[in-house]
Amino acid sequence: MKNDFEDVESFRRRARAWLALSMPRVQGEIDPLWDDGRRQRERELQRKLWDGGFAGICFPAEYGGLGLSIDHQRAFTGESLPYEMPFSFNVPTLSILAATLVDLGTHEQKRRHLPAILRGEEMWVQFLSEPSGGSDLAGSITRADRDGDVWILNGSKIWSSSAHVSDYAMCLARTNWDVPKHRGLTMFIVKIHQPGIQVDQIKQVNGSMEFCQEFFTDVAVPADNVVGEVDGGWEVASRLLNHERHAVGGGSPYTSGRTVAGESLRPDRNLIRLAQQTGQAGDGRVRQMVAEGHVLQLVSSHLATRITEGISSGNIVPAAGSLTKLFHATMFAQRAEIGVEIAGSDAVAWPVGGAHEARQIGRMYPGRQTMSLGGGSNEMQRNIIAERVLGMPREWAADRDGPFRDVRTNTSPSRPNG
Amino acid sequence: MHSLAFTEGDNVELALTDDQELFRATTRQFLAAKCTLAEVRALELNPDGFDPAWWRHGAALGWTSMLVPEADGGGCLSGNGLLDLVLVAEEMGRMVSPGPLVPTNVVADAVARSGSPDQRAALLPGLVAGDILATWAIAEPGSRWNTSRLSTVARPSGDGFVLDGTKSPVEAAAQAQHMLVTARTDAGLMQLLVPSDAEGVTITPLEGLDLVRRFAEVRFEGVEVPASAVVGAGRAEADVERQLQVAVSLQCAETVGAIDRVFDMTLDYVDNRHSFGRPLSSYQALKHRFADMKLWLEACHGTATAAARATGRGTDDAAEVVSTAKSYIGSRATEIVQDCVQMHGGIGVTWEHDIHLYLRRVTVNRTTYGTPADHREQIAVLLGL
Repeated sequence: MKNDFEDVESFRRRARAWLALSMPRVQGEIDPLWDDGRRQRERELQRKLWDGGFAGICFPAEYGGLGLSIDHQRAFTGESLPYEMPFSFNVPTLSILAATLVDLGTHEQKRRHLPAILRGEEMWVQFLSEPSGGSDLAGSITRADRDGDVWILNGSKIWSSSAHVSDYAMCLARTNWDVPKHRGLTMFIVKIHQPGIQVDQIKQVNGSMEFCQEFFTDVAVPADNVVGEVDGGWEVASRLLNHERHAVGGGSPYTSGRTVAGESLRPDRNLIRLAQQTGQAGDGRVRQMVAEGHVLQLVSSHLATRITEGISSGNIVPAAGSLTKLFHATMFAQRAEIGVEIAGSDAVAWPVGGAHEARQIGRMYPGRQTMSLGGGSNEMQRNIIAERVLGMPREWAADRDGPFRDVRTNTSPSRPNG
Repeated sequence: MHSLAFTEGDNVELALTDDQELFRATTRQFLAAKCTLAEVRALELNPDGFDPAWWRHGAALGWTSMLVPEADGGGCLSGNGLLDLVLVAEEMGRMVSPGPLVPTNVVADAVARSGSPDQRAALLPGLVAGDILATWAIAEPGSRWNTSRLSTVARPSGDGFVLDGTKSPVEAAAQAQHMLVTARTDAGLMQLLVPSDAEGVTITPLEGLDLVRRFAEVRFEGVEVPASAVVGAGRAEADVERQLQVAVSLQCAETVGAIDRVFDMTLDYVDNRHSFGRPLSSYQALKHRFADMKLWLEACHGTATAAARATGRGTDDAAEVVSTAKSYIGSRATEIVQDCVQMHGGIGVTWEHDIHLYLRRVTVNRTTYGTPADHREQIAVLLGL
């Protein structure tokens, strides 16, 4: 039943009933360290949403969505909290890549991909960062050269989440070296698993194998896979990044249910369990710290609501998504500190096979900065907030005006053997 | 004197109805015309801290009507009076305005919700018109704002009660004609309406941090109160909790208005001030600090809105959301303003510059109706710890 005029409360009731019948309840904690089996399961969960008529609540009906309002999406998310949801379809596939496609894709691109995404058949990632420089995205040196009906892609991308089990990517590549850096980039839709693309997994300090590095060798990309204009890729990337900041902060309208990062929708109770398990629930100092951690989570969701409402009503500039992102990242670090402080030595030495909360806090601690780096470092977010939200003067840059071929860059990545 | 440019700022609620926009604009224009910062400074030596005629004018604009039903002479705009009233609180914060907005409205709300017909008739028309003032006597020197440890007691006596104890600080106690006193009885909390001039009531004005917000210590010594002065039937715990939520929601909105204004004026300052031949605003070290302040400011806006919505709608999580807002805003606000003082350099710590008026106000708001730490303890209780 896809009805533009269904009121929110009726939609909510219908969602509640459907969820109870159709979706599995969350059993315990879902391991935050992604495994590949989990991805397959999420494809199936997304398919269930599609079959039940609840996929893509805010996506245009023309491309398989429901075309409903953000209030409908929030109502659904509120009802979905007890259930297992396709978290990794939410971020990045739905809330970042599909959202960008909705904004800037051609009719044909949208027709080809959006329904397939909503059916759980296509998982997407972003190919933006490069080994030669993380924060300076517009300094991309991965190149695409036109050859008849195709572009030939060469170079390397890094920090793409789960590219090894995903299907498509949006890939930013340099197509013109004779113009300033921001004006010579193009965004391509790239099929990941094809000849010429090698995908390597990267192991992180917390044990996660989620991130990948890709190497491109003479990969042929059809010309109609260009998103936006040729040499207009920076505009597409900027739009994508706005969606990303918004999504990571938990404020995207394009998700189905809560996002991995959006614990704020259901505050994480790990610090409460920790205080109880370590017998410190009555300690005034610990109570203050647990409450502080809880306050940060709630305020993060309050901020996300404000920014989401403000951006949709036009009262707040889209770059303000950086606020949500920065708050979330700093909150994550602050909560990690609180956790280690409460857990004490239980966070560094634990019984084999124990399920104690302190163990999880200890294991996650070396990766504390992950949230402050991924999706644009905190420092980049602060630049964006200062320059694009507050209108303060831009930083001086050596590479802004001249042709990119004259700009000094880091070494071009070489492809390893294999 | 450094006077502040009148700037457009964000308000607590981003999406306002036309009525709310008008209400906010009217209040803003009135405050800009009738309560400039120069006038706020001039009121420092006024023992009452505000002009009663000015307050009546504000009341005519609706400052005391929003939490009172139409049948009692009040009326709100949006159907949820608190969401209308926070607009006034925020505007008053932007101008560090005087006037007992919080205690007057808390008492009006309490009487409108739980008062007897006689109490409503005696107080509400006067409060709505701005002819009389009322305040809430809740804090005590020993227990501070913790309502579970009050030592002021109401003992049954004849047909009524006898009240003994000390309340402090009580906002505008020396200006108000009526006090809503929260006291302990053997059966829990009780609230009584006591005239300020009742036999046995001693009001001693306190000196304080804010230039225009007045507080007093109020002693109750064998004060006889008739049973008809008791507000509500049975235990008053739920009423007291509601009053705290209303007070903190308004207070947070006022603080957000104040820091929003300070932030804007500080941003203007660093754009126009040069050192080493560059505007201060071009230094990345400072830009990043402004980014952080903007982050905290918007988070304060967001959580203040959440508190007003939860309190206004009376949701189940209102206590948690309100304590969250207070604990976050309470300490963030002073940090933002202190950082803005730093951005101003030496001029920021002069009496001449207006920023200290704001620092005073947000510090008062940080500590009254519970400190951030008090509210974190409350959250720990609500979390089941």
